[in-house]
Amino acid sequence: MRGPQSQPQPPGQSGPAGADAPQSPRVPARLVACPDCDLLHKLTPHEPATLLCSRCGAVLHRHKPDSVARSLALTLTALILFVLSNSFPFLAIKSGGLVQETTLLTGIRELWKQELQGLSCLVLFTCVLVPLVQMIGLLYILAPLQWGRRPALHAARVFRLVQEVAPWGMMEVFMIGILVALVKLGHMATIVPGVSVFSFGVLIFVMAGAYSSLDAPLLWDRLDLRR
Amino acid sequence: MNVRPSTARQLGLVNCHDCHLLVDADQARTHARCPRCGARLHLRKPNSLARTWALVWAAIVLIVPANVLPITVTITLGAKQADTIMSGVIYFMQTGSWEIAVVIFVASIFVPFAKLSILIFLLLSVRFRSAWRPKDRTTLYRLTELVGRWSMVDIYVVTILVALVKLGAVAAIEAGPAAVYFAAVVVLTMFAAESFDPRLMWDVVEEDV
Ligand SMILES: [Zn+2]
Ligand SMILES: [Zn+2]
Repeated sequence: MRGPQSQPQPPGQSGPAGADAPQSPRVPARLVACPDCDLLHKLTPHEPATLLCSRCGAVLHRHKPDSVARSLALTLTALILFVLSNSFPFLAIKSGGLVQETTLLTGIRELWKQELQGLSCLVLFTCVLVPLVQMIGLLYILAPLQWGRRPALHAARVFRLVQEVAPWGMMEVFMIGILVALVKLGHMATIVPGVSVFSFGVLIFVMAGAYSSLDAPLLWDRLDLRR
Repeated sequence: MNVRPSTARQLGLVNCHDCHLLVDADQARTHARCPRCGARLHLRKPNSLARTWALVWAAIVLIVPANVLPITVTITLGAKQADTIMSGVIYFMQTGSWEIAVVIFVASIFVPFAKLSILIFLLLSVRFRSAWRPKDRTTLYRLTELVGRWSMVDIYVVTILVALVKLGAVAAIEAGPAAVYFAAVVVLTMFAAESFDPRLMWDVVEEDV
């Protein structure tokens, strides 16, 4: 039986199983196929920091120093900010003697009450559930790796889920929505941005940092439990 | 760089969509799932062209009511005012918030139309086995994947306004029917971009050489 899998191993990082893994004669070591045009590339030990597909320009590999520790720290920070953002109102609206405060969750409930269940679910999904799945999933994957343990149960499946839901996490788009709503409402009433707007603003950058410091090929390699 | 002028397909390898593990095509046939991450293995995204066409057509149908019907209805002291996406943009321009007008125009009108046009162009280029600038077409594809999410801005603005402005008799904002249509357009075009496989553009170029 031949071992038909190649191991796209990032350079400079020594995973638990690396170049000594059995390779089939048909699949030479460390080949990666471009996800956008299918061209095969050979990963050399001394590759540049960023490897682009020579044919279509897709990013095939980007070397990220200290990836696990950094993304773990950023994800933890993001989770704390997320809890903060959901505990405080993001906007207060004053008109006459009335003051109304809205948190993300009360806003979603308000939509539901106004017979806009579809939109309510969409906001709940894209701004609460997906980010939550992303953060908890990343913690679940990264924490055991950081402390040198074996990967958590089904960690590879969890990582797949985290990557698949990523396009649907839209907190940064929601943030722009808040800013536009602020301007629009400014013509009608007095608007006071809440604590949550600021923690939300920071959260978006922390979350983006957590994702961009992820070294996906390295993680896949370390989560690989086939040997 | 060490570049082999061959593709995974030519060497009989399947690239896992999720973890980018290269799996022998023979093995991929017997084990339909990736041995590393458990994703379903396909040489190319299944039924990519038909699915993308279907989603694009659905989006084209829905983009009409999304732009014609009101997206918000504002009730101020008993007076009702219905706003479409475009009249919202004009309102922001007239009140001097032209930067907000630009944001809404780009996110809600320019991006959805551009995204649909690009997807149709890419689909036709595969259909007619075009060899024209595959690299630029791949870049276009990556662009549509990247910007699609930003169209959701207007939906969020509407939901925030609706949730927030309920000051009894003074003012209230209700979501119009276009909000649902527009949200559907954004979701459909995101699925359409996801189901298109850019490698098909390269396949036809290679086959025709
Ligand atoms: Zn490529
Ligand atoms: Zn896989």
